[in-house]
Amino acid sequence: MLYRTAGQFKTSYKADQALFPVRQDAVLLGVILILAWVVFPLMASEFTFQTLLIPILIYSLAALGLNLLTGYAGQLSLGTAAFMGVGAYACYKMITLMPWMNPLVAILLSGVFSAGVGVAFGIPSLRIKGFYLAIATLAAQFFLVWLFEKWGWLYNYNASGAIQVPNLEMFGVYVAGPQASSTVQYYVVLGIVTLLTIVCINLTRGTLGRTWKATRDMDIAAELIGINLMRSKLTAFAVSSYMVGVAGALFVFMWRGAAEPNLFDIPLSFRILFIAIIGGLGSIMGNYLGAILIVGLPVVLNTLPAAFGLPISPATVEHLNVMIVGALILFFLIIEPHGLARLWALIREKLIIWPFPH
Amino acid sequence: MDGSDYRKDEREVPVMDAGYVTADGRQIGGTLMELKNITLRFGGVVAIKDISFDIHEGEIRAIIGPNGAGKSSMLNIISGFYTPSEGELWYRGAKRRPMKPYEVARDGVARTFQNIALFEGMSVLDNVMTGRLTQMKAGIASQALWWGKARDEEIANREVVEKVIDFLEIQAIRKTPVGRLPYGLKKRVELARALAAEPKVLLLDEPMAGMNVEEKEDMSRFILDVNDEFGTTIVLIEHDMGVVMDLSDRVVVMDYGKKIGDGPPDEVRQNQDVIDAYLGVAH
Repeated sequence: MLYRTAGQFKTSYKADQALFPVRQDAVLLGVILILAWVVFPLMASEFTFQTLLIPILIYSLAALGLNLLTGYAGQLSLGTAAFMGVGAYACYKMITLMPWMNPLVAILLSGVFSAGVGVAFGIPSLRIKGFYLAIATLAAQFFLVWLFEKWGWLYNYNASGAIQVPNLEMFGVYVAGPQASSTVQYYVVLGIVTLLTIVCINLTRGTLGRTWKATRDMDIAAELIGINLMRSKLTAFAVSSYMVGVAGALFVFMWRGAAEPNLFDIPLSFRILFIAIIGGLGSIMGNYLGAILIVGLPVVLNTLPAAFGLPISPATVEHLNVMIVGALILFFLIIEPHGLARLWALIREKLIIWPFPH
Repeated sequence: MDGSDYRKDEREVPVMDAGYVTADGRQIGGTLMELKNITLRFGGVVAIKDISFDIHEGEIRAIIGPNGAGKSSMLNIISGFYTPSEGELWYRGAKRRPMKPYEVARDGVARTFQNIALFEGMSVLDNVMTGRLTQMKAGIASQALWWGKARDEEIANREVVEKVIDFLEIQAIRKTPVGRLPYGLKKRVELARALAAEPKVLLLDEPMAGMNVEEKEDMSRFILDVNDEFGTTIVLIEHDMGVVMDLSDRVVVMDYGKKIGDGPPDEVRQNQDVIDAYLGVAH
């Protein structure tokens, strides 16, 4: 009843191309933004910030980056964590070499480095497709993690081999490091993620997005209608790796506070791939839904049984989590390959014509 | 000037490099594309053997022949998907260097495919918009912000695309995902995508394959209208002889990679080699 598109006519192409042509969608988004910018920070405890809000946003951004490459441009990648690592290490080096640098600028610039590395490892995509490309990106995954470990300059020859986030100040407020408050970090992450999400939405609905989707759906036809496949694939690697790199910098600077090379190992790549698949390949919103599920599930499993007085050990929770996530991935691959985002789209279609079946 | 004068003109002017007048009295322009002694080999297999023909501006040129005659290979050479082993392709008065398919597309050659090659994951509108990609030049920053040049381009190109959508009568399905459409409509959307590029030369690879009579009639009407209203030069491959004879101004007939006939439909129909190729001949 509430969700009706009837009567919302568009009289110009500009209006038809608006970000949210359906009024209810715009309202819904407004509500979500108010929740994210005002309500959550006011209500959240330290625990909620650290286990839910901040990681969900960061994982969403990483999955969004991967989704641009895999879901929109159709290029499979298993090197996401390594590209996150490039972003994190680039940010660390910039901050330690140039301590006067604004941390926000450093984080946004660190994506440029991972974009460069991403393009370099994306070059094989010009020749190989599908599984074979996935293996080529796997090479990036192993090589880069090895590099983080062996190249002492990257971690300033630290005895522990790990990078430690220093206290970083911006306009008199600590934004990173042990002194920074979770609320400030949350706002920094939220600001960057909001900005980059808008960028991704605009890119995917415009020229570049069509180029990518054409490359994904039928590369031969794409080339014959005038798309330079090389440019299309490499821009996808560049933009995707940029988002992933920024997510990596946020991951270490705004959340973990420190990182060892093996943090960026393949399990993290898979985790982000799962978020993108469960959320929905080829969708922007899906990444958020997927991240909420993957990050939120262990927290719910940890707290719910205890609230009901059920005695479940932390180890059991860990096992349960793996089992449920595994089952969900199977479920989505078989029943709904387009993920949670597709489920939402179906609900939306039903709502528009409700109470009639079709 | 009466009808007999038209016929007289036609005989006096040599066909090459000048226009001619069709049987129904339409003036056709000069040579737009010329293929000279094209040979195409795949290893030891000769798919096309020493074929020459020309395409005049504004005409509907058909390529016909039995299965495996090399028609689609010919189209693939024109669209740059294959590079001929020997021979030259002249386009707009200059010899064309070996080009990538996307460069050929940017040079004003658009095509449709024998097996529909639409982008299944996108809506009809987005599919047709991909036909305009070669015209869209906004930088990535402008696109990222949906501001300035990128937004202006989106709106300007949308107007062009909407004209094509109107023209092909697919307004009602513009926001439908292509994967949900029936076959005949998909063919039409593919034509729309090619037309959106506003090509000089439109290559149609079996535009009516698998269609029923009404769909064929619709498609024929669209092809004639495109040629008439936009002056687009059309090269088409088709198996339905009735369609070919009705639509085309001149026909090239191929068999086993060789050209066995070339001329107006009526003339080709009388050609003994063509009759032999289609009906078989007693040895």
